[in-house]
Amino acid sequence: MSKTRGWLKSFLLVELFRGLMLTIRYMFSGKFTVRYPEEKAPQSPRFRGLHALRRYPNGEERCIACKLCEAVCPALAITIDSEPRKDGTRRTSRYDIDLFKCIFCGFCEEACPVDSIVETRIYEYHFEKRGEQIMTKDKLLAIGDRYEAQIASDRMQDALYR
Amino acid sequence: MIDSLVSLAWTVAKVLAILVPLVLAVAWYTFAERKVVGYIQVRMGPNRVGPRGWLQPIADGIKLVLKEVIIPAGANRFLFVLAPVIALGAALAAWAVVPFGEGLVLADINAGLLYILAMTSVGVYGVIIAGWASNSKYALLGAMRSAAQIVAYEIAMGFALVVVLMAAGSLNLGEIVNAQDGSILNWFWLPLLPMFVVYIIAGIAETNRAPFDVAEGESEIVAGFHVEYSGMSFLVFFLAEYANMILISLLISIMFLGGWLSPFQGIFPDRFTEGFPLGPGPHWLLLKTLFFMFLYLWLRATFPRYRYDQIMRLGWKVFIPLTIVWIVVVGVAIVLDVPPWFDGA
Repeated sequence: MSKTRGWLKSFLLVELFRGLMLTIRYMFSGKFTVRYPEEKAPQSPRFRGLHALRRYPNGEERCIACKLCEAVCPALAITIDSEPRKDGTRRTSRYDIDLFKCIFCGFCEEACPVDSIVETRIYEYHFEKRGEQIMTKDKLLAIGDRYEAQIASDRMQDALYR
Repeated sequence: MIDSLVSLAWTVAKVLAILVPLVLAVAWYTFAERKVVGYIQVRMGPNRVGPRGWLQPIADGIKLVLKEVIIPAGANRFLFVLAPVIALGAALAAWAVVPFGEGLVLADINAGLLYILAMTSVGVYGVIIAGWASNSKYALLGAMRSAAQIVAYEIAMGFALVVVLMAAGSLNLGEIVNAQDGSILNWFWLPLLPMFVVYIIAGIAETNRAPFDVAEGESEIVAGFHVEYSGMSFLVFFLAEYANMILISLLISIMFLGGWLSPFQGIFPDRFTEGFPLGPGPHWLLLKTLFFMFLYLWLRATFPRYRYDQIMRLGWKVFIPLTIVWIVVVGVAIVLDVPPWFDGA
């Protein structure tokens, strides 16, 4: 009996029609496509994009050259040189992130005791010449200065969970 | 002298009147394919070139024309170039006998159905020669698969057409349509329902389309017979494949769905089913053809590719016995004048 039914089912293409009905239903359902330059996918405050170095409100750079980020970086993308400044505090004389090596894991941000190195929400950038992928201290500080408002508010929103 | 020149020019004009819309239809059919498959997969498909992506086929065409035609070092140059020409020539030549409406046909020959069968079979040579001339194992494997598949399904397809011509009593496509006159219930899809299904499936297999596209099974043999083709020569194969798909859709509409006949005929009183919108006319043929063209894309988006041995089993062990049985059934029905379909003529 079940054999006859199976035979009949395959001859009447029952399952094929069921599949066709399913796909035609999806054809008229809403589309998931994000039309990128016009529309953008929503972002979390924890988004890990381009890096930045932050400053305190009084304009002093936060980084104290503890080199924890350099040590934790799994891709060895961070290079730091440091020396004492004239006022006796220890500061970096060089802080480079090679973006070709960086895997955007966010460990540097987690390791930082003074919230200096952070990853911002910026993800639309490009390089035109060789060497531009090395983010120097100046470039990182400039990004930090420019996006400080957003960086600070993102840290505030996430503070509860850290 | 002048007369023959005029008639020649008139024929060329008619050929162009078929070919130019056909090539344009092929171009936008590729666009429709990407859109339909995209929509079924819950994405949008091409939407960047022109308003809503409508100029995409032009961009694709320009890209392919500008690309270099690469002829592999070990290839047979003559056959390598000849193969796509055969494929396209056969695909386009079949259109000569297709009637688009009452008397709207380029060559009204009596053996139209036979000519169509012959032309669609010649297309296989394009595939086989391409596979052999490429001097590539993938191309050769693809060509052999495609040849074996087309031979298997050609038989079922031929038998299905034999049933049609038995029921219609003619090989002329126009007369086949006229034999279905009456109402939607007189169209051959109902009395010949199993043949209708067999012909649709065999038609898909014949054009090497999903789910019967093992000839290009990219996971196994890269792209099958046309791996080595690029630029214009690839474009020609592409054109031939899509022209064949449209042709098969058109043939299904003509032979099983009453061609240009109106579906309202026999349902409404006759005085309503005259004239343009509701009466018979090429627009009905167009609508029916568009449905089957859509079916091609729908099936492609729905079913996974058949395994090779399953394709062979379906062709040889299911379709051929089924069609032979139905030939006998219809033959007996015609001899015994079984109503409601076979009591006329």
